[in-house]
Amino acid sequence: MSSGKRVDRIIEQGFFLAALWSVLVAVLIFLFMLVLGLPLLRSGQIFSALTRPWLPQAGLFGVYPMIVGTLAIVFLSLYWAFPLSLGVAALVSVIHPRGFGRFLKKIVLLMTAIPTVVYGFVGVFLLVPLVQKIFSPQGGMSIFTASLMLALLICPTMILIFTDSFESVPRSYHEAVDALGGSPVQKLCYVLLPCARQGLVAGLVLGMARAMGDTLIALMLAGNAVAVPGSFFASARTLTAHIALVTAADFDSMEFRTIFVCGLLLYVFTSALIVCTRHWGGEKGARF
Amino acid sequence: MKKCFLRLQVALPLCLLALFAFAPLARSGGLDAFRNDKGEINVSGGTAHIPVMKEAAKRIMTANREVRVTIAGGGSGVGIKQVGEGLVDIGNSGRAPTEQEIRQYSLHVFQWAIDGVGVVVNKGNPVKSLKKEELKKIFSGEINNWKTLGGQDRPINIYNRDEASGTREVFWEKGLEKGNISLKANVVVSNGAMKSAVANDLYAIGYVSVGHIDESIAPVALEGVLPTIGNVKSGAHKISRGLYSNTKGKPQGLTGKFIDYLFTGEGQKIVTDHGFIAVK
Repeated sequence: MSSGKRVDRIIEQGFFLAALWSVLVAVLIFLFMLVLGLPLLRSGQIFSALTRPWLPQAGLFGVYPMIVGTLAIVFLSLYWAFPLSLGVAALVSVIHPRGFGRFLKKIVLLMTAIPTVVYGFVGVFLLVPLVQKIFSPQGGMSIFTASLMLALLICPTMILIFTDSFESVPRSYHEAVDALGGSPVQKLCYVLLPCARQGLVAGLVLGMARAMGDTLIALMLAGNAVAVPGSFFASARTLTAHIALVTAADFDSMEFRTIFVCGLLLYVFTSALIVCTRHWGGEKGARF
Repeated sequence: MKKCFLRLQVALPLCLLALFAFAPLARSGGLDAFRNDKGEINVSGGTAHIPVMKEAAKRIMTANREVRVTIAGGGSGVGIKQVGEGLVDIGNSGRAPTEQEIRQYSLHVFQWAIDGVGVVVNKGNPVKSLKKEELKKIFSGEINNWKTLGGQDRPINIYNRDEASGTREVFWEKGLEKGNISLKANVVVSNGAMKSAVANDLYAIGYVSVGHIDESIAPVALEGVLPTIGNVKSGAHKISRGLYSNTKGKPQGLTGKFIDYLFTGEGQKIVTDHGFIAVK
């Protein structure tokens, strides 16, 4: 065996071990949470944990308000982010592919690098007083505020996936529309959007997973109240923020176990989302 | 003139050199006691103590790598019980041990800080004074409009702390007398976060450690007493407690040195740095 081949094999095995290790870590984390959440699962208290309110003084450790809070914040932020991202992606890849569009895309790329704590901090000092003044005196820290900031966080991810899927539409399709005398907007509506459907689904689902997994923005801006939120201007707590807030010092209290239920829920939710992307996102989705 | 300048040129570096040479010495003043020591100190109990304990432990362990300090939580009751039964060397508590506990375990009690908690509102809020009953009703959600208290016709936004917070414990115990806190209360994660939340919300009410009150927020007088460090020290402001470290018998060896360190200038600086009030 030549030395070059041997080096090749060593490198190959190195990569294989690295890949194996990262897969193993993901599986181990799941098992870890399962084992620590097991007492709750086995005793059948899991259903009460999922449906009851959080009242530690009364011995109730339900995470129902957090599930509602998480879903409300995630869907509201998608409601802002999806049209915005679609618009920016269309502008960047179809309507103004050069000049302003290219500049915009650079900004979007830059946005992916902003840490969430910066968004949270800016939100506390700028967005909270603004929302309070314009919309609701009670809604300074609320689902609404957090969802606006979260939308800003997930936009870059979605925009980049959308532009990517627009750009993968074959050149000949563009030329066909041009030959027929179609405008860029017609090209977008009748050719690109239908062709890039799978990419749109993939972007949407990944944006959703990102919104669900984020902790800091909700922790800093959503208010973290443990009541089930009654409106979009109510304070709410997400599952991730709940994990951050309840740091039980001992290892066998109910608080501690319910944390692992929250972790499991998040794990299952995001895994389900990824599976959805693969299923409906087709070839495009399979890449994630 | 030129001579004078020359002298300055020589003197200045010399001064700087002296400063650098003595700086480590001056800094490790309180830590000298641990030189040539070896062993372990186990601490458990009150959670409010933990930041100070951690910082003190970090400095001691950096100065002398042979000394190990372990710190566990558990709460005041656990701290007293564990030190009494000889499981740990120092048991922290956020209340003075009772006469019976002191007798039963022959405890020595050291109070090295005071933790005072003050009610705060936004600077733009005209309500600057409350009765204790009103405070309890605000936090339980019974009073939910500032108009009732002489302010604007606006809902009251309550800000609460997370469950691990020692500040929350004092406030709930002594300020609200263990009364209910509305489920709709917002929850923030630190004294700093509480300050920025209240500073940015005109209709907010919250509470912070007295050491954290500054011009960005407005303190509220409770039964006519403002939450100031002076009022906490004199005992006029009631929402406060001592932070205690207890040992079984007279503290000896490393344990004694650790307690002494808390009372040195450096130890008390750590205390004030973490928002508590120093006792010396």
